Amino acid sequence: MILLSPLGAIGRSTLSMLGLIGRVAIYAAQAISHLVRPPFYPREFAQALLQIGWLSLPVVGLTALFTGGALALQIYAGGARFNAEAVVPSIVAIGMVRELGPVLGGLMVAGRVASAIAAEIGTMKVTEQIDALVTLSTHPMKYLTAPRVLAATLSLPVLVAVGDVIGIFGGYLVGTSRLGFNPATYLDNTVDFLELWDVLSGLVKGAVFGFIVALMGCYHGMNSGRGARGVGRATTNAVVSASILILASNYLLTELFFTA
Amino acid sequence: MIRLEGVHKSFGPKRVLRGVDLTIERGQSMVIIGGSGTGKSVLLKCVLGLIRHDSGTITLEGEDVLTAERDAFLARFGMLFQGGALFDSLAVWQNVAFRLLRGSLKRPMAEAREIAIEKLRRVGLTPDVADLFPSELSGGMQKRVGLARAIAAEPDVIFFDEPTTGLDPIMAGVINELIREIVVEMGATAMTITHDMSSVRAIADRVAMLHDGVVKWEGPVARMDDATDPYLHQFITGSADGPIEAVR
Repeated sequence: MILLSPLGAIGRSTLSMLGLIGRVAIYAAQAISHLVRPPFYPREFAQALLQIGWLSLPVVGLTALFTGGALALQIYAGGARFNAEAVVPSIVAIGMVRELGPVLGGLMVAGRVASAIAAEIGTMKVTEQIDALVTLSTHPMKYLTAPRVLAATLSLPVLVAVGDVIGIFGGYLVGTSRLGFNPATYLDNTVDFLELWDVLSGLVKGAVFGFIVALMGCYHGMNSGRGARGVGRATTNAVVSASILILASNYLLTELFFTA
Repeated sequence: MIRLEGVHKSFGPKRVLRGVDLTIERGQSMVIIGGSGTGKSVLLKCVLGLIRHDSGTITLEGEDVLTAERDAFLARFGMLFQGGALFDSLAVWQNVAFRLLRGSLKRPMAEAREIAIEKLRRVGLTPDVADLFPSELSGGMQKRVGLARAIAAEPDVIFFDEPTTGLDPIMAGVINELIREIVVEMGATAMTITHDMSSVRAIADRVAMLHDGVVKWEGPVARMDDATDPYLHQFITGSADGPIEAVR
């Protein structure tokens, strides 16, 4: 019996995890179905676009700037071991647009937006505002989830694109001011080695990460427990699950895009 | 007419409603009383379809609440929530006119705002409140705004969930009076849940006492004080001695 107890705990955790995956999958399918069926709420969509996209720009931009700079320093230091310092511009560009731009952008938005969405919707739930929506003939999935999911899915690729440019600029600043690169050569090397698919794959990743961030925020908010503790737990769960899903889906997308 | 027959609802092993039978005639004001945790709010949410009951039937004018077309069904209801449940991100007038700004009852924005201001005036609030946000209002004002929102689309049925909870006695009296006036004026059917006896006396035509998931007593408010039911008697006298267990 003592030996069976840990097995039982593993079994219960597995079943619980499978149940959660099933519920999230159903919620995601419902969210998508509400995206394409009227009524639509353009004002809520515009507000979500402002909150998720526009107001995340400083966070994503600063993250990209410092990451691009650090990346240039690392690649220069690593490349110096086998006389390959010249690859700094191209590796910074490829690293930013394929991986670091979308992943770090997604994670920063997960921290900022998934938590805010979960806290807002969780508070609406515990103060009966969600019930009030229903009594006012308004479907919470349509009014709260669909606009946020659409806004995040559309705005993350734009944030990633801006982050890519700023990240490459960060590498350029460090490369030209600290590492002695010629500005014109740095830019030429960046552009020459970058392919369209490098950029597009990062933008597609951004859209997927945006969908994940908003979905996790809304799901955990809608399923928030009672009181301040319930809302706090929903907020934490939203950020953690969005971050893990972003990293997992990043691996799967990279596998799909670059090894298939 | 709202009719509930043999309504059961459980949450896991906890049986909250154990066969509720209740009829509310059109235009009548029914107040449901009972201690905390006796299933009053669950009952109200079952009628609205916010919670799906396990068995039994709930009908509005003969139409089953579970099979009715949701939008048309909900358009007939207004509800004042216990905490107001006003939307924090919207101005007061947008809260009041919420139903008039979207969906099947949608009106032009200027007209919706005008109706909202008129409803605010009806509940004793001045037009300058319209552009404030709910967080800028006192508890009593939030209740009034919630009441204005509940009546904005002129519903056939209005639900009041603990309308005076958290208010001082004077404000509670004002809200009770407003509810009574509005229900009479609109000719609406009203269903109120409360454990505030002054609300019961001010609002009710009939009273139903819910305990242990069933209706223990039901009758006109005028007969409430003379009733011999021990549960009702203990509740209205607020006595610790009687069939209702009091945790000390």
